[in-house]
Formats: sequence, C-alpha cells, structure tokens
Amino acid sequence: MVTPPLLTIVDLKGYYKGWFGVVRAVDGVSLLVDNGEIVGLAGESGCGKSTLAHLMWGTLPPLLHYESGKVVVDGFDIYGTDPEVLRTEVKCKRMSLVPQASMDSLNPVRRISHLIMDVVSERTGRRPSKEEVLKMAGEHFVKLGLDKHVLNLYSHELSGGMKQRAVIAISTLWNPKLLVVDEPTSALDVTSQRRIIRLLLDLRHDEIVKSMLFITHDIPLLRQICDGCAVMYAGKIVETGTTNEIINDALHPYTRGLISSTIAYSSQAREERLKSIPGTPPDLRDPPPGCRFHPRCEECMKVCKTREPPLITKTKRQVSCWLYC
Amino acid sequence: MESEKVFLQCQDLTKTYISGFVRTTYILAVKNVWFDVKKGEVIALVGESGSGKTTIAKMILRLIKPTAGHIYLDGKDIFSYNDRDYYQKVQAIFQDPYSACNPFYRVDRILNKAFDLRGDSLPLDEKKRIVESTSGLVGLNPEEFLGRYPHQLSGGQLQRLLIARTLIIGSDLLIADEPTSMIDASLRAGILNLLLDLKKEEQFSVLFITHDIAQTQYLADRVIVMRKGEIVEMDPTEKVLARPVHPYTKELLASVPRLYEKWGS
Repeated sequence: MVTPPLLTIVDLKGYYKGWFGVVRAVDGVSLLVDNGEIVGLAGESGCGKSTLAHLMWGTLPPLLHYESGKVVVDGFDIYGTDPEVLRTEVKCKRMSLVPQASMDSLNPVRRISHLIMDVVSERTGRRPSKEEVLKMAGEHFVKLGLDKHVLNLYSHELSGGMKQRAVIAISTLWNPKLLVVDEPTSALDVTSQRRIIRLLLDLRHDEIVKSMLFITHDIPLLRQICDGCAVMYAGKIVETGTTNEIINDALHPYTRGLISSTIAYSSQAREERLKSIPGTPPDLRDPPPGCRFHPRCEECMKVCKTREPPLITKTKRQVSCWLYC
Repeated sequence: MESEKVFLQCQDLTKTYISGFVRTTYILAVKNVWFDVKKGEVIALVGESGSGKTTIAKMILRLIKPTAGHIYLDGKDIFSYNDRDYYQKVQAIFQDPYSACNPFYRVDRILNKAFDLRGDSLPLDEKKRIVESTSGLVGLNPEEFLGRYPHQLSGGQLQRLLIARTLIIGSDLLIADEPTSMIDASLRAGILNLLLDLKKEEQFSVLFITHDIAQTQYLADRVIVMRKGEIVEMDPTEKVLARPVHPYTKELLASVPRLYEKWGS
C-alpha cells in the first residue's frame, strides 16, 4: 500500500498586497514531503522560501494574502479546516514551525518554562500546573540532549546555539510528524551550527519527528542533512530531486549557476574560479514574462521569453525548463 | 621584493571594554595580539562570534582606541596621522552596504565625497574618466548607478560601488568586515572574485574578516584564527587548512559543511 505523503502542496499562491503593489512571492508552488524524509528548500534571499513556510502554517503575517492552492498536512487541509481545529489538533501536534530568528522571540524577562506554559495552554486550551509542565518539558529536553535546568533560565543566560536548541525542543513537545525549520543556523557560527544539525538528525532518528522541511540558502549545509531537495527561484520551484542529483547533476541553468557560485570548503585546495550568475533576481511585483530566469540565463531561447516552461517530470525528478521539453 | 614589505603592524594589541559604573565589569575583547599585513596580501581573520575580530577592525580604523599596544601603518603610529592622510590609506567595507549609504542622497555623492578625500581637485572631465575606469574595474556600468538612490541598487551592486569608492581614494588597505554575508548567494562569488583581482592587479592589501572558512580558503594568503580575543593560529592558508595545529582550529574545520562530503556521525 502506498502511504500518502505527509505534506502535499498543490499550486499554492500567496501574494503580498499593499501600497507598493502586488508582490507575487509564492506563485504556483507544488511540493510533496514523504513520511520519513527530510526535504531541503534552497534558494537565494527574496525567492519566497519563508513566505512558503508562512503559507503552510496558515497564520499569515500582515500584508500576505492567501490566493489559491491547497496545503494538506497529514490529512488536514490547512485552508479548509476550522481554525479552532487547526489550533488544537494540527499545529504543534502534527506540524510545527520554527520560524526564522525564532530564538530572538524568547521573552527576556520570563523563564523558558514560562513560554512552555503559554504554548501548552494555547494548544490544549487549559492552564497547566507548573509541576506538570516542568515534568513534561524536562523529560522532553533530556530526550533531546538538553539540560533540565535550562527550563529555569532566562533567554539572555543562554548562548545562541542553546537558544535555538531550546526553541526546537519547545516546538517538538508533542512529537509532531512534520517539522518546518526556517534558516535555523543563519545567525550561528559553524560549531553551534553543527550541533543544531546533529539535533535535527537525532530528532528523526529517535522518531520524535518523522519528516522535515529544511529551509536554507546554504547549499553545503543542505548536503549534510537533506534527502531530497527543491530549488526555488522568484516564487516558483524550478527543480526537485534528491540532494545528490541536485548537487552533482543539476538540470536547470539556475541550479547549475547556484551550485557553481557556491563557496564551499573542501579538504583539497581548489584552483578553479567561482562563477557568479549575471544580473539580479527579478522584482516580483512585475516578474519577467515567460520563464522568470530568462533574463539571467545563458541558455535562453526564443520560447523562454514568451511562454512559461511546464514542470517536466523525469523519474522522481522535476525540472521547469524548456531545455528539457 | 616590494610585495614583502610590511604595511600594517599590530603590536601587543589589547582592548578591554568597561561597562557599569557601580559594579564595573571588564571584558577582555582582544588580548595581546601581534600580526602584520604585507603589501598585496589578503589576510583572513577567522573566529566565532565574540572572538574579537570586529574589535580589531575598529581599532585599525581608529574608531576605538586600544587599551594597550600599538598599530603602525607604514612604520608610523596610526594615531600620529591626521584624519585625511590616514583615511586616504585605509578604508573599509562592511556587512550591510545599505547602512553605509545615506538613503536621502544619490549614490553619486558617495563618489564625489571620495574625490574630496583625495584632495587633488581634479577637473570634472578627469573625474568622469576616473569614475568610468574604476567602475569598469569593479564590473559596473556607470549608467547602472549614476543618478540613482541606494535602494534602487542591489546589495551586490552597492557593495561593488563601495569598493570602487576605495579605489578612487586610492587606499592601500581595505578592511572588509564580513562583506558578503548580506549579499545574495548568486552574487557573492562576484564580490570575492573582484577582491581577488584587485589584490593581483592593484597591490591592494585586504584584511578580510569572516567566520566562513570556505571564503577564507578561496581568498586568503594567510589566516589568523582567533578565539576569545587571542590568536590561536596564524599561518599560510594551505597550511592551516591542511594541517591545523590548535585543537580549536581542528574543531572549527571539522564543523564546516562541505559540498561533496558528508559529515561522519
């Protein structure tokens, strides 16, 4: 029997609307995350990665509007279910989101355990006793390799890496099936970065979470943790495949450019020169017609300028480019 | 050999930050640091956050005074220069190019100010010629940026423009404090290549401050690894990366994610 994927996103669109016009930040994204899989979402800043995470979560920041499409998490349609059910049944229990810079959202004048009390009462609808929370969260923290006494500390007493690990621990209190992490290591140095990655891999190994969507712009980091990978450019997914395929045998010209401009450390000295992609990412208020990458593409053809390329499926790989039609 | 000439010298540099009036706390940010920068050399200052990298940069830029120790530029103490002479020789680029520009003025003003600092009142057409040739050097087209405001340019373009500015001034030392961390991944390589070319062609010395080992490997001739305000290792790049001596450097190198190899568990 084929189990349905844990997360299904079908043709999702979300636009920012305001005095500046309409920004098509996520424009027709389809993505699957299977059970037990860690999928990476790569792309440079401003391509809509974080917007996609917000849209999946269902609680939209100001100015972001859901347009159309479907997000189904473990059988629950995010935009077709009663918000009350979402709040108590889906969020944190089936899907958790660790937003970008979430470690800065810890209240500086309250202990970590206080935040956990808030989270528990929000998700279960009752105010738990302090002992209950300390016991439950303490056990969970120990399972994740954190010290119990972290619960009694204030956020300024923790280092950046510890804060991030505490936030991840709080968001996995109910062992959600899907964990969405948005740039968890962007403000950390490499040693704490490695600890976070270790923690995320352990989470899956100990079956605390089943699947993960890992959002990052750091391709070498993606290589360390993800099984599958989707590359986003200007609000659309341009290529999906396994991480190995994406890195060693990229199909889309943008992915190729991104990989060849990636500055990665390797144990052998490297002589070759890095290449950067010419031009700049498009303004999503007025994206170029046809393929959104065509003004920067070296292999641009006539058809690219007028018609949008379809998403071509090649045995578990998808690429959106006229080169492969 | 000309390129072996020591250009900047830091001797026994120490900086203590003092905070609080009643319960005074002392933070030793930089502790007895010795190093020198030769002409036409790229030195990378690597270390985790809080290891004192930026404090060193600020001291070299004369933004803060060292608690102890001396910095010599071309054999003279940096505090014996007057402002104009000093900043003709030493310039900096920072993480966020947008915050380095006044958003209310067009970017032309940045370049005009650079000509003011040169102090050799050139005729207008000569200035125009220099702007054209330097912007070609940094890979920009003058039409792309002249008459525009900072927000109309991309981070990569603006950072290039700021590098062009240091070229117009004719500085010999560039302090680059994490110059690529706010720039899109696809444009980042362009900035690094530019610095590499300038080093070769213009005998430019660069003090490159970063926590990114990959960029260090790509760019630097020598690496200084710092930890808690102290230098733990200082050697040519290939040597540090291939045969690290200090345990901290080893740990640092083991934690860097690689593109073609996976971490062992």
